[in-house]
Amino acid sequence: MSTLTQQEFVLGFFESATATYASLRQLGKESFYAQGLPALKAEEYKFTPIAKKLETSLTDFSPAKPVKISAEQVKSAVFADFEGAVLVFSNGQYLPELSTFVEYIAVRSLSENETTPLGSIAKADKDPFIALNQATFSDGIHISLEKTQEVETPILLLQFHQAQGGQVISPRIWIEAGDFSKATFIDYHISLDDTPYFVNKVVEIKGGINTDLTYHSLQQEHNQVIEVSNLVTDIQKDSQFTSTQITLSGDMVRNNLTINILGSNSVGNMYGIYLLNGKTHVDNHTQVDHTIPHAESNELYKGILADQSRGVFNGKIFVRQIAQKTNAFQQNNNILLSEDAIINTKPQLEIWADDVKCSHGCTVGQLDEEAQFYLQARGIDKTTAKGLLLYAFAGEVLDKIEVDSLRNHIVAKIQKRLGSKF
Amino acid sequence: MLSIKNLHASIEGTPILRGINLEVKAGEVHAIMGPNGSGKSTLASVLAGREEYEVTKGEVIFQGKELLELSPEDRAREGVFLAFQYPIEIPGVSTTNFLRTALNQVREYRGLEPLDAVKFLSLMKEKMALVEIDQKLLSRSLNEGFSGGEKKRNEIFQMAMLEPTLSILDETDSGLDIDALRIVSNGVNKLKSEKTATIVVTHYQRLLDYIVPDFVHVLYKGRIVKSGTKELALELEEKGYDWIKEEVDSTATV
Repeated sequence: MSTLTQQEFVLGFFESATATYASLRQLGKESFYAQGLPALKAEEYKFTPIAKKLETSLTDFSPAKPVKISAEQVKSAVFADFEGAVLVFSNGQYLPELSTFVEYIAVRSLSENETTPLGSIAKADKDPFIALNQATFSDGIHISLEKTQEVETPILLLQFHQAQGGQVISPRIWIEAGDFSKATFIDYHISLDDTPYFVNKVVEIKGGINTDLTYHSLQQEHNQVIEVSNLVTDIQKDSQFTSTQITLSGDMVRNNLTINILGSNSVGNMYGIYLLNGKTHVDNHTQVDHTIPHAESNELYKGILADQSRGVFNGKIFVRQIAQKTNAFQQNNNILLSEDAIINTKPQLEIWADDVKCSHGCTVGQLDEEAQFYLQARGIDKTTAKGLLLYAFAGEVLDKIEVDSLRNHIVAKIQKRLGSKF
Repeated sequence: MLSIKNLHASIEGTPILRGINLEVKAGEVHAIMGPNGSGKSTLASVLAGREEYEVTKGEVIFQGKELLELSPEDRAREGVFLAFQYPIEIPGVSTTNFLRTALNQVREYRGLEPLDAVKFLSLMKEKMALVEIDQKLLSRSLNEGFSGGEKKRNEIFQMAMLEPTLSILDETDSGLDIDALRIVSNGVNKLKSEKTATIVVTHYQRLLDYIVPDFVHVLYKGRIVKSGTKELALELEEKGYDWIKEEVDSTATV
């Protein structure tokens, strides 16, 4: 157990938590104490010393109160040409007055009705940060889709964050999708200023049978932000779930993505890009659990690391003995642009069934100088040539993003970062 | 147009070019021949600005400018074009997108307005016919999965688009069947004019049946050891390179 959990300010954190979901919070607290924050050498957090980071960077271990958000702020944050519903949050608190009213989904604050089975998908004993969130979240959102409801336009979860005193923001999102429903969510974090804070987010997605759900997550907060995000979903039969995780900035970011495949003939897709510079540290841990036969998972994460940035990728695939005819593919490719950038990448496959198709691969390399010369030899300047090549490298993942306005927004950010237009 | 004087270049400390002298005038076609390892491709690479090669001595003047002082992209913008021996495959970048970026940067350098999509496409259509290249190929990732012939045709297509003053064809004939060779050569011949010059680097005489040179130079051990007209190429085809090697090596030892 790290020293942090023994310190008084954590105690204070628990005491200052909201009173809703009392028994759930109590369980979260107990589970957190049982686990403690990850120790320095803890296998799951080996390359990401998150506890140390929190101890040294956080001045006030208490919940950040919601701050006032204006309609103008919402308007300017939404991507150009975005079409769809916008749900607005301030430090995790859902703000219905600024959000689009939509008749096709049911939306309410978690505190409005304490019946949401929080913790039934993202289990507190699986990760100390899930436990911590469960014990201390201020409020959050409950989104549900009726049976057969197909939402064609995306739903944007616009999350504004600001904490003057380096406090903790604990967004909690519950999504449940009825059988045969379809929806795309975009989870977009925005910093309102550059004061430090810690985001500890938990997203639980409960899918029905034959659902098609997509969850895009875009992290582009400022470079003092510490974040741990847990996204856990259960996939039922004949369903598809797709996650894309785009990380462009932050101080230390850890994303845990867990997909439990519980029904046959279903597909789990995990895509990600991390484009890092400065001292940004980003750790993507993914886990897919094949518990039944005849399901598929596809994973592709691409990293571009400049300066002294650091990336960690850990992809776990479990194929249980009963899960015959599983197809599981995993790939993680990285380009290091500087001698000081570091990537630790680890595929971790545990296969107990004997009739499966599984593959994994990870690469770490530099920018292809031959290709760069080829472009230059045609009259393209070095920076643009580099940008074109890196963009092409990331393109395979960007192509998976079907929401044009989101993809264009990310492309523009990447172009700006790489200093070239193409 | 191009004047190479006493050019020495080495790679990782090993000298490859040991004093090249060559004058190329507008309207001329020069063939550089020679046995493997003689420095032919090195010469082409040094002219295009490949960074691995270190120029240790000599100068290259191209249309009054010190070519060796320029970055690879500026050489291209000034009008030097290298058709690669091994064109690079670049996944994720379409030929169309890449060429539009290239052409507009070249145009900007030359003080011309960028081409809009419509004008670019019509120019592309016109040049595509020259090398009998399919548009479908051009919307695919640059050279990815192209056959050897398709890659070389794509090189000549790019050359047609960029309209260089000096074209350097580095072993463009290697890996081509006879039909592809004819198509590629036709393309090159159609692009020739009194204002442009071509340097053809090749191991075999075969290509020179199609692209007829005004001068033939034999490169051996980093120097031009023999120059002549197209008849020299025929003689090399017939007799091989050994007689030249012997001639050079015997004078060297005397």
